[in-house]
Amino acid sequence: MGKHIIELVDLTKEYDGTEALKGINLYIRQNEFVTLLGPSGCGKTTTLRLIGGFEKPTSGAVLFEGANINDMPPYKRRVNTVFQKYALFPHMNVYENIAFGLRIKKTDNAVIREKVAAMLSMVNLEGFEKRSVESLSGGQQQRIAIARALVNEPEVLLLDEPLGALDLKLRKEMQLELKNIQKRLGITFIYVTHDQEEALTMSDTIVVMQQGTIQQIGTPQDIYNEPKNAFVADFIGESNIIDGVMLEDYRVKFAGHVLECVDRGFGSNESVDVVVRPEDIRLIHDNANLLQGRVISVIFKGVHYEMKVSDENGFEWIVHSTSMEPVDTAVALTIQPCDIQIMKKVRTI
Amino acid sequence: MKKAVKKLYLFLIYLFLYAPVFTLIIFSFNNSKSRAHWDGFTFKWYGELFRDKQIMTSLTYTLTVALLASLTATIVGTAAAVGIFNMKKLGKSLVMNLTYLPVLNPDIVTGISLMILFIFINLKLGFTTLLLAHITFNLPYVILSVLPKLKQLNKHLFEAALDLGAVPLHAFRKVILPEIMPGVVTGFLLAFTLSLDDFIISFFTTGSGVSTLSITVYSMARRGVNPKINALSTLMFIVVLVLLLIINKRSSAGEGSGGAKETAKLSNLI
Amino acid sequence: MKKGWVSYPYIFWMILFTLVPLLLVLYYSLTAPDPSGNSVLTADNFRRFIEPIYIKVLARSIVLALTSTLICLLVGYPVAMILSGRDLSRRNLLVLLFVIPMWMNFLLRTYAWMTLLDRKGVLNSLLGMVGLPRLNILYTDAAVILGMVYNFLPFMVLPIFSVLSKIDRSVVEAAEDLGSDSFTVFRRIIFPLSFPGVVSGITMVFMPAVTTFIISKLLGGSQYMLIGNLIEDQFTRVYDWNFGSAVSIVMMLLILVSMGIMSRYDKEDMGGGLL
Repeated sequence: MGKHIIELVDLTKEYDGTEALKGINLYIRQNEFVTLLGPSGCGKTTTLRLIGGFEKPTSGAVLFEGANINDMPPYKRRVNTVFQKYALFPHMNVYENIAFGLRIKKTDNAVIREKVAAMLSMVNLEGFEKRSVESLSGGQQQRIAIARALVNEPEVLLLDEPLGALDLKLRKEMQLELKNIQKRLGITFIYVTHDQEEALTMSDTIVVMQQGTIQQIGTPQDIYNEPKNAFVADFIGESNIIDGVMLEDYRVKFAGHVLECVDRGFGSNESVDVVVRPEDIRLIHDNANLLQGRVISVIFKGVHYEMKVSDENGFEWIVHSTSMEPVDTAVALTIQPCDIQIMKKVRTI
Repeated sequence: MKKAVKKLYLFLIYLFLYAPVFTLIIFSFNNSKSRAHWDGFTFKWYGELFRDKQIMTSLTYTLTVALLASLTATIVGTAAAVGIFNMKKLGKSLVMNLTYLPVLNPDIVTGISLMILFIFINLKLGFTTLLLAHITFNLPYVILSVLPKLKQLNKHLFEAALDLGAVPLHAFRKVILPEIMPGVVTGFLLAFTLSLDDFIISFFTTGSGVSTLSITVYSMARRGVNPKINALSTLMFIVVLVLLLIINKRSSAGEGSGGAKETAKLSNLI
Repeated sequence: MKKGWVSYPYIFWMILFTLVPLLLVLYYSLTAPDPSGNSVLTADNFRRFIEPIYIKVLARSIVLALTSTLICLLVGYPVAMILSGRDLSRRNLLVLLFVIPMWMNFLLRTYAWMTLLDRKGVLNSLLGMVGLPRLNILYTDAAVILGMVYNFLPFMVLPIFSVLSKIDRSVVEAAEDLGSDSFTVFRRIIFPLSFPGVVSGITMVFMPAVTTFIISKLLGGSQYMLIGNLIEDQFTRVYDWNFGSAVSIVMMLLILVSMGIMSRYDKEDMGGGLL
């Protein structure tokens, strides 16, 4: 990874009076797999479309290798897109779909044949040249859409929730395949999804967005372990978020108990959000010094049990564990200091 | 029991629908001018039909106008549909209301208003005015045939083509047009048929001796019954039947749903 | 991304050839030549229309159109029901057969009835053979109504058929499951669901019926006056454009009013934007 291939400077987009993007700033490095992650309406697709050239920014700039490409139409940008519902040309067969971009560049027929074959083999669909688009399954169409985009050797590939229509198993397979392709070709991938697990699996960098602004940028580990605010914590993985007070560095009070933690730098007695992942809470018996609670529900999730524990203050904790405590059992909750994540409170609009 | 009643009822209805048609056809072969008695089988009325200069001339005019008008309407209308499809809400609904005007207006009002316009701007009534009028009432139907196809399109198809390097015109030609072609062809056929069939609007907007088939038939019919008209009806019926069967085959081959449904839909537009 | 300007030639055309002519009609209806030949703004044309002789024409047109519409509804609804009840393969064929006569020239279809109903025509000779008295229907109200029903019946049947065939079978089965007999199913499920089609059909029959002039001219005779004939007469024989325009405006208002009444019952979208 090296130079910044794409940079977004104060990028703003307004539609009919609503601001879909509120002046975001972001740079993307070459050969990076970046995921724009967020709920519907957060602006991630808008950002992608601005990079692809299908929309013009209201203000701000999209820079490609340092040059402002605001006014450059999509067919001139060295960027290709994989659309959400694939957008394969129905009246053309697989070969013609993939060859479309090459034909426009007036590539020699022999070269086209070679490149199409290479692409089909890369997406494991050798021999599919003459097939009609309608005869393909969802997963196959998906891969043809990817082949069609990649055969043009773009510098950046934009992917708009491409795996949304696939079933779970296929989706997981495709996630790995996409990651492999990206690593092999060394192309920058900008991926849009609302599925946080997908983002965590595939990305080098995740950009968490909400309501047109960027909430946090970081590696999957950063985002998961150290969410910056309640929104990110809540969006990524399951979490318990509870009000707390940071008494002083490394000491926080919440749920009526004072606990050691590993965060510092907050003002003394500052109100904060405390985040604990469900898998980081252990339930034990017979320890009256710790936070007490009662199990109110147990659901078997296959991988673990999901239990809801109501503590002495009435707060409901979500706990994931491979061992089960039956409903109505009295338990004590214990959490390691390093598993307590402190975040500044975010003022919600 | 109930089934028999249903069948009988349907039979009576179809009898009602086809009786006049069959009577016309049968009596076109009648050896006399009588409308009730059969005097022997003959083709002579068909012969006279083809020898009738007036009828043949109006046939030529009818076909020419229909072809020119439907071709023009198809090209302009398809472009219009594309433009309308991309308009914002306000513009779109204004233009669509404008489009619906000739569809909803009684033919007689359309015909008369056009006649007034032509005379008002001192354009002599004749072939040109006839053609202009036909193009005018054909356009909305082309648009109404093409627009649904545009709406059915995956909205990312055009963007995908642009993304892959096509300039807008190329993208339209190679990607959009093939997809909406069924609608375009339907629009063309619809316009062509409407032009062939039109009477009222042609009646008011033509002049200088330019007459369409319908107008010729009208003047003949006003003078009373004439077996040549029967012969003409029979021929037209066969032509329409063949056209309809072709359309039917096209729809069931292309769309997969019963072709009759397409035809019924088309008829609903009229 | 595509420019809307592609449709400008069309818009220009439509304004010139649809909007402007109608404005001209309006103009003529509101003016009349004064003694020196200049056009003067006046309401006289409309005042003339209120005279009993012309009101009678309007009334007759509306009454005949309503009668035809009613007959079409009563006769056509069962047809739509029977057709929609059939299984798919036969159904498409039957619909196609139903539609074919429609595509024969309107003029010729009306002319066909002229020959059938004529005093020396087929109908009368058939009746004569069976021993029934001959009918003199041609050139009467009955002939015009018959012509209207014949020409417009498919316009009533097809929309109703279209809506009926879209009714989900399981809705009917649910009603039966909950205890309804056939009649109740019809009354409370099928008919209400078919209502948009009925509205569509009524509109598509009433409007051409009330504005026709061919049917009345050929089957009613040259003295027979419906509002359509009145307009035609003014423009081709009498050359009173001002009065003719006024009557045209009245006819258009009539259409607008009936459409307005119908649209209160019609919840279906017509795919673009209706007034």
